[in-house]
Amino acid sequence: MTSRTEFSVVAEGLTKSFGDKKALEGLDLAVRRGTVCGLLGPNGAGKTTSVRILATLLRADGGRAEVAGFDVRREPRKVRRRIGMTGQAAAVDEILSARQNLRMFARLFHLDRATARRRAEELLESFSLREAADQQVKTFSGGMRRRLDLAASMILAPEVLFLDEPTTGLDPRGRAEVWEAVRGLAAVGTTVLLTTHYLDEADKLSDRIVLIDHGRRITEDTPAALKRAVGGDRLEVVLSDPADLPLAVKAVARVTRGVGPETDEERLSVHGPVTDGVTALTDVARALQEAGASVDDIGLRRPTLDEVFLRMTGKENA
Amino acid sequence: MNAAPIAIDAEGPERRAYWALIDCGTIVRRDLTHLVKQPSLIAWQLGFPIVSVLLFVYVFGSAMDVGEGLDYKDFAMPGMFAMTMAFGFMNTAMGVVIEKERGVIDRFRSMPMAPSAVVAGRGVSDVLQAGVDLAVMASIALVIGWRSDGSLPETLTAFALLLWLRFALIWVGVWIGLVTPNQEAAGNLFAVAFPFGMVSSVFTPPSLMPDWLGAIAMWNPVSSTANAIRELFGNPLPTGGSWVEENAMLLAFAWPLALTLVFLPLAVRRYQRLAR
Repeated sequence: MTSRTEFSVVAEGLTKSFGDKKALEGLDLAVRRGTVCGLLGPNGAGKTTSVRILATLLRADGGRAEVAGFDVRREPRKVRRRIGMTGQAAAVDEILSARQNLRMFARLFHLDRATARRRAEELLESFSLREAADQQVKTFSGGMRRRLDLAASMILAPEVLFLDEPTTGLDPRGRAEVWEAVRGLAAVGTTVLLTTHYLDEADKLSDRIVLIDHGRRITEDTPAALKRAVGGDRLEVVLSDPADLPLAVKAVARVTRGVGPETDEERLSVHGPVTDGVTALTDVARALQEAGASVDDIGLRRPTLDEVFLRMTGKENA
Repeated sequence: MNAAPIAIDAEGPERRAYWALIDCGTIVRRDLTHLVKQPSLIAWQLGFPIVSVLLFVYVFGSAMDVGEGLDYKDFAMPGMFAMTMAFGFMNTAMGVVIEKERGVIDRFRSMPMAPSAVVAGRGVSDVLQAGVDLAVMASIALVIGWRSDGSLPETLTAFALLLWLRFALIWVGVWIGLVTPNQEAAGNLFAVAFPFGMVSSVFTPPSLMPDWLGAIAMWNPVSSTANAIRELFGNPLPTGGSWVEENAMLLAFAWPLALTLVFLPLAVRRYQRLAR
């Protein structure tokens, strides 16, 4: 077992079936204290099931899990006092105001009346909801609702925060608001485990990404390392005249060190892997200019997590 | 972001019981706030029984003959009270489905609050709301000329029996709410509720129905409550003289007890099975 002071979330060999359908088939997971871990995977990979087991909402069939140092199965109450959970739906009361919501949840977290009031005010402030504090939640935008949802999860300043697809269904502005809130929580040392099917979200927020598929961990690393694993930067030249293709292939081949450049005749593009991107870019640009090739565009392409995803799971991200 | 540690109450067994009560109170308070913020909810809910009163008493009433020299209004009003209680299980079920769908129940389950409070709080607020419903209905009944001829204790016992039926149906409602997949499906509950409320002694004596239907209507728990309170209110009680009708008072107590004994454990089990 990994040290419980070092890791806030530890899962070993979790299994879970729903009828004939196997959701988890031996999932291992370890999230270092105070970091943000992105759980990424195609639909049906077991992301939500994992989070629900760790948040004590669902019982695993096999394996074990510890959250904040307590076994989720044997001591769910202790776990519940140390976690915050934000599910896929913004689970706040539509009819109450933001302030009433936070006071109610604070009371249900067993704060005394005065502390509950104080805590509600602090959270309204931290999540920029003070202005709208007395409005009914049903008048809120998606982003505000999510922020209130997050605020409600933060009442006890939990050690671990679970976020299940926190920005699904939000517009870009709402997503930005939620990202900012999550970064703020991470900055004060909250361990965050988030699931998402937005690769850019996992890329932007996570310290580490765990890629899961078919209920198992496929790989785990930092976003940068995962992208590197798929291949480094690629140099791409886009031409405006098909006649220049052989010229471009020759120029790009000089900087790819033996790996033959790939040609996309439809887009008139030639691209290949490079190690020292900037030098390669200037070399190729000069060579093409000297040869008088008709270059439409030339640039470095960084691999995205989409490519990591595709490479590792063999399928498009849903 | 304030991450200062927050003092939480210690967690002994005796504190646990205390917090279970407080949690229940917090949920009830929330439900009552809902009512205050949306008084139209009560209006909608009472819409059907009120329209029924007007329809049956004034539109069909003249054609209804429940017995020699008996006023249909006096027969129908207690029935209407019982029917309103019977239909109440739909509100409970709908409330549970909405909370389940919105993820509110999941949020509660991920919190250190007493699990019992989610269901108990709902029960307490539903009974309180049923009390409001009954008060409104009884006022309307008084306006259109219905009277209780029973003594004060008898009248109060009648209302207590009505709330007792409503209490039993909370567990039916919670159970249905937990097994119903979504709000759309819950909307179809009316197809179940309607015959449950109507195939009874609410609007017509079962003795006037075809034999098989009359038997079902007689054994309907709603009929027992309706007949028992008619007896207590001193309102007309035309029966076919069968055992079940003669013992309405006993059954008005026993039926809800039986429903509670069956559906309370079912609802609790279903709630626990959310973790499966």
